[in-house]
Amino acid sequence: MSHGTAAAAEHHHKHHDPEANKIGMWLFLFTEVLLFGTLFIAYAMYLTVHRWDFMAGSAQLDKLMGGANTIILLTSSLTMALAIGALERGKKKQSLILLTTTLLFACGFLGIKSVEWSHKFHLGIWPKSETLAAFPQGEQIFYGLYFTMTGLHALHVIIGAVAILITMALIGRGKVHQGRIDLLENTGLYWHLVDLVWIFLFPLFYLIG
Amino acid sequence: MGMPKDKDHHIVPYSIYFNVWLALLALTVITVSVSYIDMRNVAILTAVLIATVKCTLVLLYFMHIRFGKPLYAFMILAVLVTYAIFIGLTFADYGYR
Repeated sequence: MSHGTAAAAEHHHKHHDPEANKIGMWLFLFTEVLLFGTLFIAYAMYLTVHRWDFMAGSAQLDKLMGGANTIILLTSSLTMALAIGALERGKKKQSLILLTTTLLFACGFLGIKSVEWSHKFHLGIWPKSETLAAFPQGEQIFYGLYFTMTGLHALHVIIGAVAILITMALIGRGKVHQGRIDLLENTGLYWHLVDLVWIFLFPLFYLIG
Repeated sequence: MGMPKDKDHHIVPYSIYFNVWLALLALTVITVSVSYIDMRNVAILTAVLIATVKCTLVLLYFMHIRFGKPLYAFMILAVLVTYAIFIGLTFADYGYR
């Protein structure tokens, strides 16, 4: 019987395929690229029609807050890459500390984002609000895209943070370790994608004014 | 770059990550500074160009495209071509209405 379980364990082990997991993760990321990609096409489309309104809308966003969030996300990408590097070297504790730092950056990003959004809400600007309805059409579209795209992105930050938490728990329990690191690598890929999307969102919304 | 070649899994030196991070921060400072110059027509183009460079750095180094199998680079290329076709068709449709 014990022979059977050992064989089963070996069998199970053979079916752990990190390469397939990685390819699967990349395929999923491509669907994410097309999800945001279509929104970027919508942005480009309306930009050609409402160029000046988009610039006026962009000028009302806070470059400093957007810039701070860019630096936060880029740095969180660094700590994520370092966390993977640490576990690759078998340094579990160091990896967990770096992942905690990444989580704190994620919270910082969401904090700044919520300050920005509540400031806009305070001014009466939200999708379909009366104040916004009085704006030029192009600015209404600009804000519509702004709330949709940064909102969808923030949702991805939240999902990424949850994924990091789960990965940390699994590292803590020893399920993810130096010899079986692909889950952490995939979490890292997701986190870097979140960063990639923001790299384009930031200039297109904050810097064209 | 003198990487150890154990099958597909390279352990990337920490220094590479730090250098890429510094380059990304520098590019962020550049793109924000440039946005204060009134350039009208080229402002958006410059912003997208710098973002593309930043995106490439993240893909190559943080996401390990430079260190992994060429398969991943080909897959990304296929997605980019698909996306370019999307953009081309959308604008062609819109432009010739």
